[in-house]
Amino acid sequence: MFRFKSRNLNFIIKRKKTLILSQISVMSPKKILNARQISTILHRLSFQLIEDHNNFSETVIIAIQPRGVYLAERIMELLTNDSNKIKFCLLDVTFYRDDFRRSEKVLKANKTKIDFSIENKTVILIDDVLFTGRSIRAAMDALQAFGRPRAVQLLNLIDRRFSRELPIQPDYCGTQVDSRLNQRVKVCWKEKDNEDAVYLFKNS
Amino acid sequence: MSDLSVNHLLGIKYLNIKDLKLIFETTDHFKEVINRKIKKVPSLRDVTIANLFFENSTRTKISFELAQKRLSADVVNFSSSSSSVKKGETLIDTVNNILSMKVDMVVIRHPSPGASVFLSKNINSCIINAGDGTHEHPTQALLDAYSLIERLGQLKNKKILIVGDILHSRVALSNIFTYQKLGAEVMVCGPKSLIPRYIQSLDVKVETDLLKALKWCDAVNMLRIQNERMSESYFPSIREYVQQFGLNKNILDGLNKEIIIMHPGPINRGVEITSEVADSSQAIILDQVENGVAIRMAVMYLLASKLY
Repeated sequence: MFRFKSRNLNFIIKRKKTLILSQISVMSPKKILNARQISTILHRLSFQLIEDHNNFSETVIIAIQPRGVYLAERIMELLTNDSNKIKFCLLDVTFYRDDFRRSEKVLKANKTKIDFSIENKTVILIDDVLFTGRSIRAAMDALQAFGRPRAVQLLNLIDRRFSRELPIQPDYCGTQVDSRLNQRVKVCWKEKDNEDAVYLFKNS
Repeated sequence: MSDLSVNHLLGIKYLNIKDLKLIFETTDHFKEVINRKIKKVPSLRDVTIANLFFENSTRTKISFELAQKRLSADVVNFSSSSSSVKKGETLIDTVNNILSMKVDMVVIRHPSPGASVFLSKNINSCIINAGDGTHEHPTQALLDAYSLIERLGQLKNKKILIVGDILHSRVALSNIFTYQKLGAEVMVCGPKSLIPRYIQSLDVKVETDLLKALKWCDAVNMLRIQNERMSESYFPSIREYVQQFGLNKNILDGLNKEIIIMHPGPINRGVEITSEVADSSQAIILDQVENGVAIRMAVMYLLASKLY
């Protein structure tokens, strides 16, 4: 029911590198993307967005709290260099999650800031890592409270393919990572973690 | 990640400062939710909550019910006037019967102090105290403090005055605990007969002159005279009470500073507060009611996450 259309952009697929890590035994965190690679990917994603959304007059960019915000802000920086006014907002999906009362910890909320209607707009959801797809499901649920978008698209920096629990695929994807369920992918940003990098951890 | 230190909300005295901060932080988010066009979130869709009101209430009951519905919980309402309590059933039996119909959470208001504490010890369910006699009314105190923080930024070293029937007020006690935990100074003011004898042990200032007290404070919480709890006469006449402890425009004009005016409701216009003051911009009475829903959503959300 929540199926995103996969895109047929051949030139992107050619450039998209797939990192096969499942054969490597990861004891210490492994860096899978460095600052230069991240910057290249961000530029590519921005160009793809510009190609598809023209002047962004009918588009709303929504960052998913908490970790999607850094990625979205970087992309906004690249896009607004084009002197466009792009609608940008933050969405917290905590109250829509389906693992409330099923996980040990309290799900702690973050700020939602959507101060305009998304009625009939194309919404681009931005999150750093796409894993099981459950936060995106919650996000699509949450979006309904703000209007009926014309279309919803998804942009991710990392796609942990093969770990999906719901039929959700990104429309714009930075890179795909093959990882096991017990591993953890962390995207670090200069603004918060002092460097731009993506690490793969093995959870004990 | 932080978590409430308690499994029930029985009173403010069982909460610590971290709990208060967590509740207020969560309330911020729910306040944003209830100001949306679609005010509902699905968080508690598999939780059933029973509202047991053994005593009359409008605001608290509606506020709790709205909060539950906005969290998508299933709600059962009960009021003692139309129930088997009249036929002689005990409190534990009544509640246990309701719980055996698979209810996860109980919101209870009861005329006896300690009713919710008693239930929490005897019954296996999450209990929220919505007022127990003259003891505590924690959600009211939380929303009072939250509304004040909205106006004042924070409560540390702020001076807060509570005027009126302190002796019979559960709001007063919960308020005193909350403000003190948040670092504010508290003073109570009222006729000597309506100030409890043990009040000194709570580290609270006492004043019987309303004007002096108002000059001292940054915010005032006006309480109602709880006639229904008075078995004897505590002051000569309502008229005399109004003259000494009623808040009117003249007194406020003479203060040369603007204080915040709160009232937990129901207001007896012309007794503890005049209409002119209650409807003025200094009064945050309706903000309190709005925040009440958000506070109760936050409390139920945080407690529900601790159910099994």
